[in-house]
Amino acid sequence: MKIGRRSFLSFVVGGAAGTAITPLPWKLTDDSSIWSQNWPWTPVPPDGEYSQSDSVCTLCPGGCGITVRKVDDRVVKIEGMKGHPINDGGLCLMGLSGLQLLYGPTRVKTPLKRVGKRGEGKWEKISWDEAISEVTKKLADIRSNGESHAVGSIVDSESGTVPNLFKRFLTAYGSPNFMTMPSIQDSYGMTLQLMHGVSAQAGFDAENADFILSFGSGIIDGWGSPVRMFKANSAWKANGKKVVQIEPRLSNTAAKSDKWIPIKPGTEAALALGLANVIITNSLDSKKISQSTGFESFKKLVQNEYSTDKVSKITGINSATIVSLAKNFARASKPLAICGKGQGSIPGNLNEFMAVHALNALVGNINEDGGVWAVTETDYIKWPELEMDSVAESGMQKERIDGAGSEYPHAKSLLNRLAEVINSGDGSLEVIFVSGANPLYSMPDSKAMKTAFDSIPFVVSFSSYMDETAGNADLILPNHVYLERYEDVPTLAGLSKPIVGLTRPVVKPQFNTKHVGDVVMLIAKALGGGMADAFPWESYEACLKETLGVKWDVLVKKGFEFNGDKCILEGDFNFYPEAMKSLSNFSPVSVEGSVISYPLILIPYDSIRLANGYIGDPPFAIKAVEDTVLKDKNSCVEINPKTGKELGLTEGRYAFLHTPRGKAKVKVHLYEGIMPGIVALPRGLGHTAYDKYLAGKGCNFNELIGPTEDPVSGLDAAWGIRARLTKV
Amino acid sequence: MSTQDDKAKEVSADGVAGPIILFFILGLAASLVFGWIIFPKLLYSQKKQPIDFNHVLHVEAVEEGCESCHFFREDGSFSGIPKLEQCVDCHEDAQGEDPNEIKFVEEYVANGREVPWLVYARQPDCVFFSHAAHVKKAEMDCGTCHGHIGESEHSRVYEENRITGYSRDIWGKNISGLKKHTWERMKMDDCAECHATKEIGTDVETLPWPINWLPRPYEKQTGNQARVKTVKEACFVCHK
Repeated sequence: MKIGRRSFLSFVVGGAAGTAITPLPWKLTDDSSIWSQNWPWTPVPPDGEYSQSDSVCTLCPGGCGITVRKVDDRVVKIEGMKGHPINDGGLCLMGLSGLQLLYGPTRVKTPLKRVGKRGEGKWEKISWDEAISEVTKKLADIRSNGESHAVGSIVDSESGTVPNLFKRFLTAYGSPNFMTMPSIQDSYGMTLQLMHGVSAQAGFDAENADFILSFGSGIIDGWGSPVRMFKANSAWKANGKKVVQIEPRLSNTAAKSDKWIPIKPGTEAALALGLANVIITNSLDSKKISQSTGFESFKKLVQNEYSTDKVSKITGINSATIVSLAKNFARASKPLAICGKGQGSIPGNLNEFMAVHALNALVGNINEDGGVWAVTETDYIKWPELEMDSVAESGMQKERIDGAGSEYPHAKSLLNRLAEVINSGDGSLEVIFVSGANPLYSMPDSKAMKTAFDSIPFVVSFSSYMDETAGNADLILPNHVYLERYEDVPTLAGLSKPIVGLTRPVVKPQFNTKHVGDVVMLIAKALGGGMADAFPWESYEACLKETLGVKWDVLVKKGFEFNGDKCILEGDFNFYPEAMKSLSNFSPVSVEGSVISYPLILIPYDSIRLANGYIGDPPFAIKAVEDTVLKDKNSCVEINPKTGKELGLTEGRYAFLHTPRGKAKVKVHLYEGIMPGIVALPRGLGHTAYDKYLAGKGCNFNELIGPTEDPVSGLDAAWGIRARLTKV
Repeated sequence: MSTQDDKAKEVSADGVAGPIILFFILGLAASLVFGWIIFPKLLYSQKKQPIDFNHVLHVEAVEEGCESCHFFREDGSFSGIPKLEQCVDCHEDAQGEDPNEIKFVEEYVANGREVPWLVYARQPDCVFFSHAAHVKKAEMDCGTCHGHIGESEHSRVYEENRITGYSRDIWGKNISGLKKHTWERMKMDDCAECHATKEIGTDVETLPWPINWLPRPYEKQTGNQARVKTVKEACFVCHK
């Protein structure tokens, strides 16, 4: 028998025929289809018991209510809380991505002590006892040397129990250097202080307004309480209300507005006063308000200095537009003007805030539906009076390092001045505490801030994440993230009614972290004496329960509490406070740099998809950033095609962006929606810390700009900086 | 007229036909052996449960049968295999001397670790199945789908499909896909057995296409067969 080709083929044919009558092909087909539908990297929630708990998001000052969905002990989804007065079921991209901040790779898992050089990333894991005794020893030494005022803290805001614990700690210790991260709240607060003589925040009844005049506020780019503003914006659209956006760039907000008016950046105050002039000249102002203090002086100011022609020249907006805008605004039944650029992270020019507030007053919308109201600081924190010892008393009498309260009497905190004061040798700190803030990334001229931090011998970070500031600290005492801890969240961000929320532990702490409130108290107790007496509570939770009193039960049950009534903005309104006199000869807040070396002007812009405060974009959010904002690993700058032509830069070209403060490699994006001569760069990119999903992507706007002190408030008023673009 | 070539063909045809048939049969036989016997052995790996569990013992000790441990939660969802928390109610310490119980207490209870049970009936993650609809509403017995597992004294070997990662119980022990009892297989066709045949009034909803012997959603309803209520989204009732 000869075995040849034919025999082989016949074997194969036999095999094929046989295989067809075995289950093999059918079973393999079925299995491979199941296999292809169940890739191992597709995230699938685990099986288990589903449950939901309500809490509050703390990723921005917006204070949205959240409903956290869990399977057994694993959080699987964060949704907006239905029925919450701020967001009623809505949630932004950052809020939705919060899970990645809980479980992501960027968490600091245990107290860490630096072993290498600062910023080198070499850490030793230490116990909480060691960590606390390390801090205590340092603080005890400094205090015994009578240098207590050389200890400072930087926290995210001044309201709520945690910032107040820091404040109390510093007071009892003997240091006035309690600093907060800046925001437009500082400017609004000061405006109300100067024009009404009250201590309050401005609240806006935005939902009921019918003509919204926004001086560059990113209504749908994250201004105020972002989800609330989104909802208000949708309601305006649905009900035919008008939104006019004034800014040099066609932002998302401008694109969705009824009218976008490009303006020369930095001249917004002049426009507001020019509009006031048209309103007064045409007798469109509210008669009630014209009796107010300073009205005549104000009238004289705007009529003499802010004639339509003059304002047209200053702002670059044509006269007819100014006149019709003023008339439309004043004739609307519920007009509302708001300011604070982008997301409002830069306090801005105080004159602009006062001018815009005067505009609101002029059309009579203060304490009216759809107008401006007061939102007062929450008053539930009533702790026993501090008994200060002699060290504390002498320390508290020292001037603040940032000059708030002394050089700038109206200011409470001027973190923007800290870097310069330290770097120029005008002041120094021995210890700095940083909690809920990332100043080495998010303060203007972040490099100078880093230099200043380098000269502070002991930097303690309470960050839950390995952010830029934590990475450059000597000691990290990681806080629980918001899904693991109790904390009161008073929300003031432009809401018409004050509201307090309660963030609560929806899961057990995932790592060896401690509540920052507890840590502050532990340090105080370890210091002993008057410091220990200042904190009579057993734990932060006990302190919070006692502080909130009857509110506690309501907050635990509902997650939030607010008084249904709006607060009247009291005090005698003064149209023309002393501080406004500098407006008699308008000059925009100057931008740094010479026109010759830097012919362009760089301005920042904010996007709802980019976080630029304490937290960085979680991986989910950074994926949502468009190619025209971040391309590969480069930030894109927006320039007008005309500017591009002049510079010989085409779409997608690499370029170097130079400013007096720094240099960055960027990609060019030609965009009709930006005024010629202006370069726009997104904020929130260029992190060097956090995880591989965020670090090394794009450039940090704050490295390219420096702070500019507002002459009245001392707050940072820098809206841009001179710049040059060169081909690579 | 015959040529040399023709002769050669005849010769070769006569002489080769035998081997061709033989090899055909050999190929056929080899593939049959491979497909029916070797392939299933290769396809499934054999795994042992972490703890050998005795259902008989437990069923005797509890009062409410299967539901004592495999219960419905307050929200109506089904708890499935008990978590450590429930086991600890009785087994905080070992109650007897069974090595399996001792292992369970020492390795899992003492360390607060969940037992990584291998689930025979686990469906792919995209499959949605409501126990409540079947057990509570249709009043089906657990055994209809799960067989006599409550009568087992030892845990069976868990056979894991190397391609899909799911248990052999889903396709069924019989590689041909045939079964004698309702609980021997858990594929979509097996769901269809009830869903395609039950009549209106028994509250069973009919599966839609793609099973071709079932009524298609776009066809006019015939006879007294019930349909999945929202025909447009019918697939997504079970396939999430």
